Amino acid sequence: MTNWIIWLLPLPPLLSFFLIILFTNKNRPLSHGIAVGAAGLSWLGSMIVFVRALGTEEFGKHVFGSAINWLPTGTSWLTVGVRIDPLSAAVVFFVAWTVLMIFIYSIGYHNFGQPAGDHDIKGLPPHGATVADDHGHKHSVPSIEPMYARFFAFISLFAFGMYTLVVSDNLLTLFVGWEIMGLCSYLLIGFWYGKKSARDAAVKAFMTTRVGDVFMLLGIAFLYSATGSLSYNVIFDPGVLQTLASRPAFLGLSAAGVIGLLLFIGTIGKSAQWPLHIWLPDAMEGPTPVSAMIHAATMVSAGVYMVIRMFPLLSLDAHTLTFVAFIGSFTALFAATIAVAQNDIKKVLAYSTISQLGFMIAALGTGAYVAAAFHLVTHAFFKALLFLGSGSVIHGMEHGVLHTGEHVDAQDMFNMGGLRRKMPITFWTFLIGGFALSGFPVLTAGFWSKDEIFAEAFGTGHLLVFIVLAIAAFLTAFYTMRQITLTFFGEPRTKAAEHASETPWTMTVPLIVLAVFAVGYGWVGMPGWFTGGLIPNWFHEFVGGTLSQPPETLPFLGVPVATSLFVALGGLLFGWLVYRKVESAEKDFLQIPLLKNKYYFDEVYAFLFVKPAYWISETFSSVFMDRKVIDGFLHSVARFSLFLGNAFRNYFDKPFINGLIGDGTGAAVKASGSGLRKIQAGRIQYYMVVSIAILVIFALLVYFLRA
Amino acid sequence: MSIPLSWYLILAAVLFCIGLYGVLARKNAIAILLGVELMLNAVNINLVAFWRYLDPAQMGGQVFAVIVLAVAAAEVAVGLALIISVYRRRKTLVADEIDLMKW
Amino acid sequence: MTADKVIFLLCAALILGSALMVVLTRKLIHAALWLVSVLFGVAVLYALLQAGFLAVVQVVIYIGAIAVLFIFAVMLTRRELLDRGPQTRSNWWIAAILALLILGGLVFLILGQPEAGRSAAAIPATVDTLRNLGMALVSPSAYVLPFEVASVLLLAALVGAVYIAGIGKK
Repeated sequence: MTNWIIWLLPLPPLLSFFLIILFTNKNRPLSHGIAVGAAGLSWLGSMIVFVRALGTEEFGKHVFGSAINWLPTGTSWLTVGVRIDPLSAAVVFFVAWTVLMIFIYSIGYHNFGQPAGDHDIKGLPPHGATVADDHGHKHSVPSIEPMYARFFAFISLFAFGMYTLVVSDNLLTLFVGWEIMGLCSYLLIGFWYGKKSARDAAVKAFMTTRVGDVFMLLGIAFLYSATGSLSYNVIFDPGVLQTLASRPAFLGLSAAGVIGLLLFIGTIGKSAQWPLHIWLPDAMEGPTPVSAMIHAATMVSAGVYMVIRMFPLLSLDAHTLTFVAFIGSFTALFAATIAVAQNDIKKVLAYSTISQLGFMIAALGTGAYVAAAFHLVTHAFFKALLFLGSGSVIHGMEHGVLHTGEHVDAQDMFNMGGLRRKMPITFWTFLIGGFALSGFPVLTAGFWSKDEIFAEAFGTGHLLVFIVLAIAAFLTAFYTMRQITLTFFGEPRTKAAEHASETPWTMTVPLIVLAVFAVGYGWVGMPGWFTGGLIPNWFHEFVGGTLSQPPETLPFLGVPVATSLFVALGGLLFGWLVYRKVESAEKDFLQIPLLKNKYYFDEVYAFLFVKPAYWISETFSSVFMDRKVIDGFLHSVARFSLFLGNAFRNYFDKPFINGLIGDGTGAAVKASGSGLRKIQAGRIQYYMVVSIAILVIFALLVYFLRA
Repeated sequence: MSIPLSWYLILAAVLFCIGLYGVLARKNAIAILLGVELMLNAVNINLVAFWRYLDPAQMGGQVFAVIVLAVAAAEVAVGLALIISVYRRRKTLVADEIDLMKW
Repeated sequence: MTADKVIFLLCAALILGSALMVVLTRKLIHAALWLVSVLFGVAVLYALLQAGFLAVVQVVIYIGAIAVLFIFAVMLTRRELLDRGPQTRSNWWIAAILALLILGGLVFLILGQPEAGRSAAAIPATVDTLRNLGMALVSPSAYVLPFEVASVLLLAALVGAVYIAGIGKK
């Protein structure tokens, strides 16, 4: 029964996608009804599975799952199946919640119920509509998204990909879900394809993640050739892992190390880690629900989920883990430093996401399996909350822009200020999300998950990682407070901000629900020392059970807790003190070019990869290889064929086939036809004369011959 | 009945040939039908003569004469209808000019 | 020379003369009227052959219906063609030769038959030819099927004639 539900989890969104695309795309309420209904069904199934998982004793040893034979490969079968173990149960929990909330939020975000725009066209964001009230006053209001149903179809397909990835019991279907999400990411970043920036961002995201995916596919292929299976049950078997670890590959790495590295590169692409982080900030061109769902809560988390899932394999080789820890901690710090200088409310969150994903990766690199998973879940909740909150802010600002007619960038934080009075629900939920992100002590989920990462890094002796992450956490608190201060506190800096208004309930309700989780979810992972052993660290016990040897609970360590308290509170306070007074971007001391331009990574990549790629394709491939070498060869083949053809044509086909057989037959038929057609005169009496004459002649012949 | 059978037969043959000439030689479609009528009457004379001279108890000859009569009526009705219809469209009755169906 | 021979020869002269006029006369309306004359002669012949029913039918149907139909047709179409110009095709002589050849062949064949000179025996008083004809036409063991088929054909021809004559009507 449970297994059936797990099999069916991804299906409703897929059906919803096809229904909307094929049948209901003209009907907006029906389309979003189907999409939200499908998300609700999957949510319900996920909750049932989750509750049953909670009710199972020693769930890590009695996981749900079933598999079927799918592709025959010679003598064996490639099996596909589903599996819910503690890790995927935790993931499916937050996926179900965030997906459902974001689906509901999208209804309000795309201005359902508003009139169609005055001059909105497909492929561009709605520009607003002019309506007249009872007194004849005309004013501008937000207009409904022109491609409303299309959006819901795409996010449904995306949800299908995410659920597929989570419930998979093997790397093959995981990869399928992974790539479906990549496609949806491309489609949704480029949702407003009328904007060149959106098109470019979509292509950039797709191409950059593709780099990672190719390596990941190589890793999967290597793994399959080494073990003959992609199923978790098989590859995480201690015997198989032992074989992989002892089998040398190359560069002094074991097979396990190489496979782990290749798979990890897939994560680097998907979870936007340095050096493949460049696509995620640009992906903010998509609608904000997309940023929240794909580029904060689920898809980028899927990369982390995959490496957490592969931890038994990664942990076999110390080199791989060191590499993972390096990439993660470096990214965490590096992205945090960029985030402090961004003025676009969504860009800040984008770099924050990169940074927080770096935290998880770094935690995993230090061997903190549970901490990484814990931060993955809490981050999904509060980052989805923050993105939705930022979307709500932008929405409110756009309302103000339309109302006042003032042309300001609705996403620039320096155009905001004082919004706490205009948008109270958004303010409080955003504050909760921001504090969770900063790791505000005790109350918020972020504190507990970050604290666990610090404790693990410190406790396992990864001091460098610990220090780097501490600095990154300080910066996190700092830029979060900067964002909150600039957006919500102080006085409105523009007329649009003065006239901003709270968003409809379809947008605020998801914010409230997610805010509850952003606070409450941390409590399930409180360490034993805090509760005095009354409640054991439930999350640790639960998710840790996924591994064949559950990780040990760390004892209380003073240094990481103190650090965690200091960086969170210090960063928040510092951010408040600095930005409380700043009135415009010119007064911001962090507006330095190096940070504003994100360390020039885009420019460097353009110089190192994009331009050479263009050069190779235009100069080398197109002109030299294609036109000269390949075309030359093809042309000579063609010329020879032409010569041969001409010879046949002139010396065989024309005289013999055409002249003798073709034309000769034709001419003979034509001649006899034109001769005989004179008989067919159409004159009835002529026919009769001829036939009677012949009758007479035959009669005479018969008579005289018989005589 | 002292008239020899051959008199009737020769009369019918002559009538038939006159009708045949009319069919082959006349230009007017109606005149051609008139020729056909002559030929049919020649046939009928033969049929009735053979009935009378061979076995008057067997009515085959007369029955076929009646059927020929019926067929002749049908033929004339359809033939004349066709001729009138063609005449309406083409304004001609000359059989040689009604040659739309040739090659 | 018995009386019936005289009647026969007179009839034959009427029939052949009128038939020649049918095929030779220039005016179509005259040709149709000459046809009536031919049909009348044939009716007399039937009477001479003691086929009284056929003689009556010949007069009623052939003269009364078919010939009149011809006259109507001629009158309906006479405006255009009328009787201008030659009424025979240019190669009428081929038709004449063929007709004469066939006539020669037929006469040759008829005279070559030994039975051709026979006379008719008197019809026995017990034989009622009219009654026999009626029985033969409706008796299942005789000619009811051809008779019915002929009537269906006639019906179909009438429907068809009405339809065809209507084609092209403005």
